[in-house]
Amino acid sequence: MDTGRLVRMANQIATFFASQPGGRGAEETAAHLRAFWDPRMREALFAHLDAGGEGLSPLAREAAERLRHPA
Amino acid sequence: MKDFVIPGQTGAPAFSDRDHGTPARAGAPVTLTIDGFPVTVPEGTSVLRAAALAGIGIPKLCATESLEAWGSCRLCLVEIEGRRGTPASCTTPVAEGMVVRTQTDTLRRLRRGVMELYISDHPLDCLTCAANGDCELQDMAGAVGLRDVRYEAPPEAPLANHFLRAHAGAPNPDWRPVDDSNPYFAYDPSKCIVCSRCVRACEEVQGTFALTIEGRGFASRVSAGTAADDFLHSDCVSCGACVQACPTATLTEKSVIAIGTPERKVVTTCAYCGVGCSFEAELRGDQVVRMTPWKHGKANRGHSCVKGRFAWGYATHPDRILSPMIREAIDQPWRQVSWDEAIGFAAARLRAIQAEHGPRSIGGITSSRCTNEETYLVQKMIRSVFGNNNTDTCARVCHSPTGYGLKQTFGTSAGTQDFDSVEQADVVIVMGANPTDGHPVFASRLKRRLRQGARLIVIDPRRIDLVRTPHVEAAHHLALRPGTNVAVVTAMAHVIVTEGLANEAFLRERCDWDEYLAYAEFVSDPRHSPEATEALTGVPASELRAAARLYATGGNGAIYYGLGVTEHSQGSTTVMGIANLAMLTGNIGRPGVGVNPLRGQNNVQGSCDMGSFPHELPGYRHVSDPAARAIFESVWGTPIDPEPGLRIPNMLDAAIAGTFKGIYIQGEDILQSDPDTRHVAAGLAAMDCVIVQDLFLNETANYAHVFLPGCTFLEKDGTFTNAERRINRVRKVMQPLSGLADWEVTMRLANAMGAGWTYTHPSQIMDEIAATTPSFAGVSYERLEELGSVQWPCNEAAPEGTPIMHVEGFVRGKGRLIVTEYVPTDERTGPRFPLLLTTGRILSQYNVGAQTRRTANTVWHMEDVLEIHPHDAEVRGIKEGDWVRLASRSGETSLRATLTDRVAPGVVYTTFHHPVTQANVVTTDFSDWATNCPEYKVTAVQVSLSNGPSDWQRDYAAQAEAARRILPAAE
Ligand code: SF4
Ligand code: SF4
Ligand code: SF4
Ligand code: FES
Repeated sequence: MDTGRLVRMANQIATFFASQPGGRGAEETAAHLRAFWDPRMREALFAHLDAGGEGLSPLAREAAERLRHPA
Repeated sequence: MKDFVIPGQTGAPAFSDRDHGTPARAGAPVTLTIDGFPVTVPEGTSVLRAAALAGIGIPKLCATESLEAWGSCRLCLVEIEGRRGTPASCTTPVAEGMVVRTQTDTLRRLRRGVMELYISDHPLDCLTCAANGDCELQDMAGAVGLRDVRYEAPPEAPLANHFLRAHAGAPNPDWRPVDDSNPYFAYDPSKCIVCSRCVRACEEVQGTFALTIEGRGFASRVSAGTAADDFLHSDCVSCGACVQACPTATLTEKSVIAIGTPERKVVTTCAYCGVGCSFEAELRGDQVVRMTPWKHGKANRGHSCVKGRFAWGYATHPDRILSPMIREAIDQPWRQVSWDEAIGFAAARLRAIQAEHGPRSIGGITSSRCTNEETYLVQKMIRSVFGNNNTDTCARVCHSPTGYGLKQTFGTSAGTQDFDSVEQADVVIVMGANPTDGHPVFASRLKRRLRQGARLIVIDPRRIDLVRTPHVEAAHHLALRPGTNVAVVTAMAHVIVTEGLANEAFLRERCDWDEYLAYAEFVSDPRHSPEATEALTGVPASELRAAARLYATGGNGAIYYGLGVTEHSQGSTTVMGIANLAMLTGNIGRPGVGVNPLRGQNNVQGSCDMGSFPHELPGYRHVSDPAARAIFESVWGTPIDPEPGLRIPNMLDAAIAGTFKGIYIQGEDILQSDPDTRHVAAGLAAMDCVIVQDLFLNETANYAHVFLPGCTFLEKDGTFTNAERRINRVRKVMQPLSGLADWEVTMRLANAMGAGWTYTHPSQIMDEIAATTPSFAGVSYERLEELGSVQWPCNEAAPEGTPIMHVEGFVRGKGRLIVTEYVPTDERTGPRFPLLLTTGRILSQYNVGAQTRRTANTVWHMEDVLEIHPHDAEVRGIKEGDWVRLASRSGETSLRATLTDRVAPGVVYTTFHHPVTQANVVTTDFSDWATNCPEYKVTAVQVSLSNGPSDWQRDYAAQAEAARRILPAAE
């Protein structure tokens, strides 16, 4: 998958949830990725995370990490 | 035209065709006697209608049920006890205890006299007239017992008349030739009785005011525009309302002139837009003679637009492909093969791909053009035969943000009202939609309400027709910069909250109060005020404030919105913002209010309902929900993948990455309709098996290995669901030209892959939908036959369906107000691309134009043109009609320019109806954050003079031509 696109999409999602009150942005972003992204897209995001996760916003990064290691 | 009753032949025999002469009224019951029979009707009903309801047909010519009474022909005279003279029954309202006689010697004599006058100025060529047998004048002559016409004139000095070309050797100055400039209907002035039904239809029903009666007395005649205009060059939009209303052959469909009057009719549903108009397909044998709007259709109430009414000729266009075709590779010509060979080839390829690349390496796209039953089957095949959730639909590129946004706020993604609701609206917001072009019949209903005094607020970068049209003027037009919807909607909420206009009682009762408080705090921040956002949005603060106040305080407030809302990187956020406005003002849960997405294609709503999205089973239940999966697993007998699948843009990305190799596309032309054409082409080219099922060799088929002929809505049974959640029947009027209906083709493919399905009729598929999907539990073909149509949810709690949603409470319980922070799109103008391109469509063409381009509708729109503000044109040296190059960072194309101030400086606009234009070469891959709905409405572009098609257009045309070669069939 084109990681540039995935990063942009993840950041867009994180930007929305960051704006929501309640401080649950990372959780909500992770839930959105879980609900709407096909497994290979999530895998590609994780692979990108392993490679340093360049370009991911802090919240998107936190969401991706949370998604990969659900508490 | 006249009543046309063939018992037992219409699709829904419970619905009478009788013309009751004047519109229905609602009022207290009034009882009178007509010819000795007691009749009880609502107050305000005309005597003419009351008689018709009692089964007594009073002769009439100028009255018809779709129009207010006019009282000009004097044929409907009656006698009323205690009243002097012979009043016209069409203009006389009933009164309690009234005693009416419809047939007396006096009346007979008077009516004959009237008819005699009419007939004396009418040609007596009934036998060769196109309306022979379908003419109210003829019928009335019979009804009044007209036996002779006494105005016989001596041949040397004939009476003045309108119908003789010449008399006494000299040309008749009162004769006018037939105006056949409109491609679909002819106007023959010699047959006109000047009843003005056409004029009134154009005003009252269509709201275009294209026709007038010119002159007075004997000299009066119907005129389209000025005397110099013909129909084609007038304001006429070819809706057909006047043709429908004309009692004579004066306005007649050319197809009737060519073929003859129809002998049977079948009620069905238009396959163009999301209004979902009901039509009667009128036929001779299996040849369609004309399509006429069905007066019992609850979406259209007897009205139509040019597309559904007239543009059905594509169904038998020679370009249709009727034989299945295959090829090994896309650089080869097509080979025509049998159904078995094509299906076998496709099934083997798909299975081979899965064997090599895994079960998730293939998928499919359902069509918003096809029926619910067909869409359901395609997603079922993907889920239960392909074994994954890689299903998506063209709604991805239009209303997916509606699904997400409304589900988050209200709990369900559907529009909240029926179309009738607009009749009770007091303030209407139209945002990012152009109803007079995109949803014409709804626009006519809206304009009628606006003429009655409702106020209109238009929020759109472009000055759409509704902003100012005959007898309609928007109270406010907020001409925002493309891409700033969220800022505008949030600023409106700011005004409502900070000026104390919010409906606190509603919010406390119906919404989550804590969420409201957080939201109120957010929107009250001065940075969201109209003054603070004016520089960004381009909307004057005072105008925005006035609009917000009007919506909040003007009575019933209804919002209608379209793709100008959804097709943005913040599409979902804007939808939430719109829902917030409705909740803030309590404008939800009753007639006249609500949040109403205007759906693009005929069955966008249905295709979403039917589980076309990769994360949702039918009825909007997430695939990760084990209970929902269990329902389908038990009915289908196969396990369902709990992981969401790929959306269309993701499929293309995965194809380029090599993990997605095969696709079954039913009735969608993604290469033309989806953004960033080069990217789509690259994705398709990377696949090993592209199966296209369509009417024509569409653009996507240039990259296909298997072509399966599809069929039109005339060739199959099924249902469409329109924008008001109304499930309408589609009825087969002819056999599929290719031999198989679309649902049968899907079933064959599924069975070739081991499915073992045994459906013999789409009604069985609907039964399966009803059995698995709670909101459809009460839907069946029998029910539809009975009710005509039904709006889901239709179940035990609502056996007749649900016209208005969220009446008692929101589907999700408490309504949720969601914070809508404006985030500028990444697509920015800059020195290289200083203008913003936004896209839309026009009345006579439909989306990618595959159908309408193959009809005479092309007389209104031969090519896509670029609208540019005269100021922007001038600095670039562009003049009206010049070829210009339109470039973005994605690509470039060229087309002709037209100069207009409908667009603001800095904004350009075009449509995407023609493949040569390839406007989507220019659009980018940016998309809505929540749903990946592409950002069609904002692209940074540059426009410059050019001298013809771009290189890309030339290469594309060459590739398309090569890819469309078909080998002659082997003998
Ligand atoms: S076709 Fe429609 S728009 Fe045209 S003149 Fe007739 S009623 Fe008016
Ligand atoms: S064209 Fe038809 S509807 Fe119009 S005035 Fe003449 S007869 Fe009546
Ligand atoms: S295109 Fe839309 S408005 Fe026109 S007839 Fe068809 S459904 Fe009705
Ligand atoms: S029908 Fe009543 S006056 Fe013409």
